[in-house]
Amino acid sequence: MAEAATDVDMRTRLQEWLPRLVLSPSLALVLFFVYGFILFTIYLSFTDSRILPSFGMVGWENYSKLFRLRHWEIAVTNLAIFATLYIVICSLIGLLLAILLDQKIRGEGFIRPIFLYPMALSFIVTGTAWKWMLDPGIGLENTMHLWGWESFAFDWIKNRDFAIYTVVLAAVWQSSGFTMAMFLAGLRGIDNEILKAAQMDGASTWQLYRRIIIPQLRPAFLSAFVILSHLAIKSYDLVIALTGGGPGRATELPATFMYSYTFSRNQMGIGASSAVIMLMTIAAIMVPYLYAELKERK
Amino acid sequence: MSIASSENAVSTNRVARTFVYLVLLLFALFYLLPLFIMLVNSVKPLSEITGGNMIAMPEVWTLDPWRAAWSSAQIGVEPTGLRPYFINSIIMAVPAVVLSTIFGALNGYVLTKWQFRGHNIVFGLLLFSCFIPFQIVLIPMAQSLGVLGLAGSTPGLILVHFVYGIGFTTLYFRNYYAAFPTELVRAAQIDGAGFFRIFWRILLPSSGPIIAVSFIWQFTNIWNDFLFGASFADADSQPMTVALNNLVSSSTGVKEYNVHFAGAIMAALPTLLVYIVAGRYFVRGLMAGSVKG
Repeated sequence: MAEAATDVDMRTRLQEWLPRLVLSPSLALVLFFVYGFILFTIYLSFTDSRILPSFGMVGWENYSKLFRLRHWEIAVTNLAIFATLYIVICSLIGLLLAILLDQKIRGEGFIRPIFLYPMALSFIVTGTAWKWMLDPGIGLENTMHLWGWESFAFDWIKNRDFAIYTVVLAAVWQSSGFTMAMFLAGLRGIDNEILKAAQMDGASTWQLYRRIIIPQLRPAFLSAFVILSHLAIKSYDLVIALTGGGPGRATELPATFMYSYTFSRNQMGIGASSAVIMLMTIAAIMVPYLYAELKERK
Repeated sequence: MSIASSENAVSTNRVARTFVYLVLLLFALFYLLPLFIMLVNSVKPLSEITGGNMIAMPEVWTLDPWRAAWSSAQIGVEPTGLRPYFINSIIMAVPAVVLSTIFGALNGYVLTKWQFRGHNIVFGLLLFSCFIPFQIVLIPMAQSLGVLGLAGSTPGLILVHFVYGIGFTTLYFRNYYAAFPTELVRAAQIDGAGFFRIFWRILLPSSGPIIAVSFIWQFTNIWNDFLFGASFADADSQPMTVALNNLVSSSTGVKEYNVHFAGAIMAALPTLLVYIVAGRYFVRGLMAGSVKG
């Protein structure tokens, strides 16, 4: 009798612990493979690691070296140019397309997927397509010449000063449809009653958008900014496929810098410190955003 | 007078609508152009690309570039074509997708229906892991895969994709199950149903859409991944994206653009197919990853 009671007791206790037990493998994996690894990389960024991790502490030396490197300076400048243009152009195109699609367009169900399909592709595929399309020898420039526009020149992808803009072009092609989808969802969520009331008061379409609709899209703008900026900072594949970081170092980004310093130049300490800077930048954007999103829901 | 002005309004309206359609059409062309160029140039002989117009239709139609890309193109040192790497990608993606979805579903279930003290902190930790730049884990991951004996292997890549997919799948299922009536779960509990029974009998049967979202999102991400494949795979376990990049950027020999385009379409085809068949869920996954509501 007593045994049966403890048996039941054990079972309820097991039931009580079961949820936490089920969650624990995931938590353990993430604690180890994400947070443990982050700590390890931070630790490495203070060591003299070269080809392999080594554990001689060198203080802030890697960081001071990093910020004196011309290569890193180029990567950071490129990221600033790329991220700004990428975010601004994607948002503008996304907003424009969303507003146009929201005008009770016939065939919307047919057009929308066309805007969005690039998001399903790998950046390597996008990079390959644009690499040859922008190639002056066989691509757009050649086509224009064949069509009789002899003086047409478009060699940005081979030009040190302009190559970074081809990365922007390909990246915008890939993600602006996604931004459109986010804005469209925002537009469809706006209360129609307010719009009707404003229209009855004699507001023009332009005023309607400028004063009422676009201000109401603030959450969509914020989400778009957060998603696009974190995609920009992580950008790696597209540059590798499109330009390989070149010509010269003209399209290096922090992600490509980290990879080449860590794995081909055997400067693991500096590579680790650049990864830490990347993480901190993303964390500065994501943590407040996620915190606000989680709090709001309560 | 009033008739004239209303006619005016109608005609400006018509002009405006034409303009709207025109802009939408132009953008549609912009988005379709690269796909068109890839398709058209993948069925041309090389001479028509190097000595002709990229936007023109082929004069001679040929499937040779497709054959070459699939089974005989030089990738790295071996003239194997992309086929073995396509298979690598499938062997890598399928288990990683299934594993991360199962774990995500259970996590989402616990985090919404069996909340405990600190459940929000656990979720926060999982959520932030979705957004880290993976550069921060590359070095320790390379070391760990070596220690585990998984370096340069497909199981190693499965592990990597599984682990870094948990955050997203948990997010999906958590948001989905949060809207699921908790009373049903409590009622079943009173009837004596246990943890797994409730999950199996009550939540899982109505989880179809979110399982689709999770499968599609994970599959797209893992299939399209390049960074992990380039960092952790060896020549025998390279995924499709890495092989495609090797094919396109190899500096030796004549650049066979038509073969590159055919290979690029092959690499794009699985995710594109998923998008065409289940685009609705794909968009939902994208949105859920951005607007956590």
